[in-house]
Amino acid sequence: MSNITDSIYKMRFLDETADKRTPVHDLHPLSKLLVTIAYVTVVVSYGKYDVSKLLPLVFYPVVILFSAEIPLLPLLKRTLAVMPLVIGIGVFNPVFDRETIAVIFGLPISGGWISFISLLLKCVLTVLSALLLVATTGMERISFALRMLFVPRIFVMQLMLTYRFISVLLEEAANIWNSYTLRAPRQKGISHQVWGPLLGQMLMRTYDRAQRVYQAMVLRGFNGEYNTGSAKQLLLKDFLYLASWVAFFAAARHYNIPLFIGSILTGVGK
Amino acid sequence: MSHHIIDFNELYYTYPDGKPAVNGVSCRIRHGESVGIVGANGAGKSTLLMLLVGILLPTKGEIRVSEIPVTKKTLPVIRQRIGLAFQNPDDQLFMTTVYDDVAFGPRNYRLTEPEVEKRVMRALETVGIEHLKDRAPYKLSGGEKRAAAIAAVLSMDPDILVIDEPTAALDPKSRRRLLNLLKGFTHTKLIATHDLDLVLEICDRTIVIKEGRIASDNSPLKTLADAALMEQCGLEIPLTLQNCPVCGSPPRR
Amino acid sequence: MHMADALISPAVGGTMWAATVGITAYSIKKIQDDDLSDKMIPLMGVMGAFVFAAQMINFSIPGTGSSGHLGGGLLLSALLGPYAGFLTMASILLIQALFFADGGLLAYGCNVFNLGFYTCFIAYPLIYKRFMRKGYAPARIFWASLIAAIIGLQLGAFSVVLETMFSGKTELPFGTFVALMQPIHLAIGIVEGLATAAVVGFVWKARPEIMEGHAQAAGAVSIKKVITGLAVAAIIIGGVFSWFASTHPDGLEWSMFKTAGTEELEAPEGIYQTMSDIQGKTAFLPDYNFKATENNIEKTNAAESETEEASWPAVSSGTSLAGLAGGILTLALAAATGFFINMLKKRKNAAGIA
Repeated sequence: MSNITDSIYKMRFLDETADKRTPVHDLHPLSKLLVTIAYVTVVVSYGKYDVSKLLPLVFYPVVILFSAEIPLLPLLKRTLAVMPLVIGIGVFNPVFDRETIAVIFGLPISGGWISFISLLLKCVLTVLSALLLVATTGMERISFALRMLFVPRIFVMQLMLTYRFISVLLEEAANIWNSYTLRAPRQKGISHQVWGPLLGQMLMRTYDRAQRVYQAMVLRGFNGEYNTGSAKQLLLKDFLYLASWVAFFAAARHYNIPLFIGSILTGVGK
Repeated sequence: MSHHIIDFNELYYTYPDGKPAVNGVSCRIRHGESVGIVGANGAGKSTLLMLLVGILLPTKGEIRVSEIPVTKKTLPVIRQRIGLAFQNPDDQLFMTTVYDDVAFGPRNYRLTEPEVEKRVMRALETVGIEHLKDRAPYKLSGGEKRAAAIAAVLSMDPDILVIDEPTAALDPKSRRRLLNLLKGFTHTKLIATHDLDLVLEICDRTIVIKEGRIASDNSPLKTLADAALMEQCGLEIPLTLQNCPVCGSPPRR
Repeated sequence: MHMADALISPAVGGTMWAATVGITAYSIKKIQDDDLSDKMIPLMGVMGAFVFAAQMINFSIPGTGSSGHLGGGLLLSALLGPYAGFLTMASILLIQALFFADGGLLAYGCNVFNLGFYTCFIAYPLIYKRFMRKGYAPARIFWASLIAAIIGLQLGAFSVVLETMFSGKTELPFGTFVALMQPIHLAIGIVEGLATAAVVGFVWKARPEIMEGHAQAAGAVSIKKVITGLAVAAIIIGGVFSWFASTHPDGLEWSMFKTAGTEELEAPEGIYQTMSDIQGKTAFLPDYNFKATENNIEKTNAAESETEEASWPAVSSGTSLAGLAGGILTLALAAATGFFINMLKKRKNAAGIA
């Protein structure tokens, strides 16, 4: 099923980009995680009519994208794929909010359109930043950063296990799907008569696998405590990276930079 | 290290659903032996291995490893001495990178991080995959996964290696590499397998299991060439011992 | 059903994060207390991966020509008990947020709450578990799964509506929004319920010990504990609410959500009027007063610093144009930066090869 292979491919793509060696990849995961959280928070904190003021924040994904040598198109595609919900909710804004709040070249623009555009922009930026975090950091280093943020071991451990076994089970699901569709052509999905047996069997196999994994862990001395390796040190560059981005976000949030530039350009505004 | 001997004394195991799996197994595995355990599907090979490392505890009888009985209390000691590599390496490689997986055991035994690193690198070198240390397990080939799973066991510095079905689903080249690797180990080895040619090549003793009992315990050559025994136990004379299918000439041995 | 970052304000996101952290901490504690943690960890991890993979398999829905898939929250609590089920759901959602951009980082708290809390701590113990009190039976499994899944999803969907409304990201009137969301999720809930019933029913017949395996642990989940859990969540949410509210003399009102993270306050008169009109029509907290809050925010909300400048001071063709021109230039600069970095990289790589 294309859906499943697609997901396998998507995860591997991000995994592989996370394996690159660039200055961004080499930064401490904690620093990158915090910058991402700061970025997302700042982006969504903008008012619903802020479009121009939001634009300087485009710099962040652009800079990361290029300095980390991450292919743009796959990320953009994935970003667009999650837009429907936001579009679905935002598209009503122009319907309900018809008040003119801006005039461009004599064309009145209603608040609804502005807030719709602002919503879409926010969606693209937040989604991109999350994908960029994974693409430059990778799951195990993010888990490591989570441990540094005092996320309990149990949670991080099972998070990593889930992540590890997703690729194994996705392959199994793909096999099941393929063997089903090969023998049941022209069906849109799996017939309700076999819902139970099909997933149920997969579940039982998974359950047994979980037991074996547990045994494998216990045989190597596991007793509920998961011991990570020694901590990677936070270096000066990691602090600088964090501080400079946060300073930039704060500045962009505080001053309407594009309006300022535009005022100088067009000679109006004051 | 002292000499390690494994003793199975009148071992019985019945699964909770009432199905008997091991029906009175007694034997002694001596230091440095390389033992192949063969038998049809469901004969009780895997159960025997589970009993040995204490994943299952016997319903009757006992196992002693260097005179220490395998009981709930002694499990930490036993498990440090015996390393078990699972049939499916995907069950065993549960961490997100090869390095972390191989380091899992040593870290659980609270070794210092430099010591962990030393052990991990030594184990990876032994199996020849030190270049894969930062890879995610799903990116490994079947042979590499198998090697990584064995490294994960080796990093615990076991005296006895127990391997379940090591060559299953390996291509001929990977299989050959693994065989050479196993030959190089000086550990006491217990290998449960259907790959009878492997037994012939690297084991010096073969135990045939049938319906939870030992049907034969002898040298591989004698055991595996015994057509009647093989037939009885759901096995077959290995290809290397069969007459040449083209010219019919007997194998060179 | 996954909330996106763009749909929530920092205040709502932060509050739901706090609630989620609270419930997660409580669940972890419960699992550790039960002394099952070492066994539960691999089970949670591998089952999480299972649900993830199972969601990819589409089922045809009889008589409709459409297809749906399993959600998993209810199945996880039926298999692992509510606490481990909740934690597993939380890690599935985190991986979805990171790798598939399904729900964002800020919205993560909302998503765990919407998809995990209601199914594991309301639908499971109050409905599913009640049905099963007299033991498993095919009919009971069917109705328990169906009703629990529907109710869990309805609550989650309603939660999505509330979170979006509180964040002030939509102009949709409350009633319309609810009327849109609930029926859609009724359909999804039915599919989820049927799929869960089919799987649970099958596994119960084939391997009853899996379904009943956690019976000891799950048996401990009484209504009292659920209420305790709810209370903990309420205290956390309330605590964070009041923390935000303390910056507003008005107290705990809907308005404070609007002001804490967004600044429609800076928008001109007409907007207030429109907003107030919508407000009046929907009659959701009718004493909502934009003017009053504006005055308050001037005094109090210095941290947010929204009062320092006005992004769209008035309906003026000049400022709009300046904003547009500046915006385009900013984007051009961003693109140029990208190309510049790219060029530097290429040159460096070329030098490296030579």
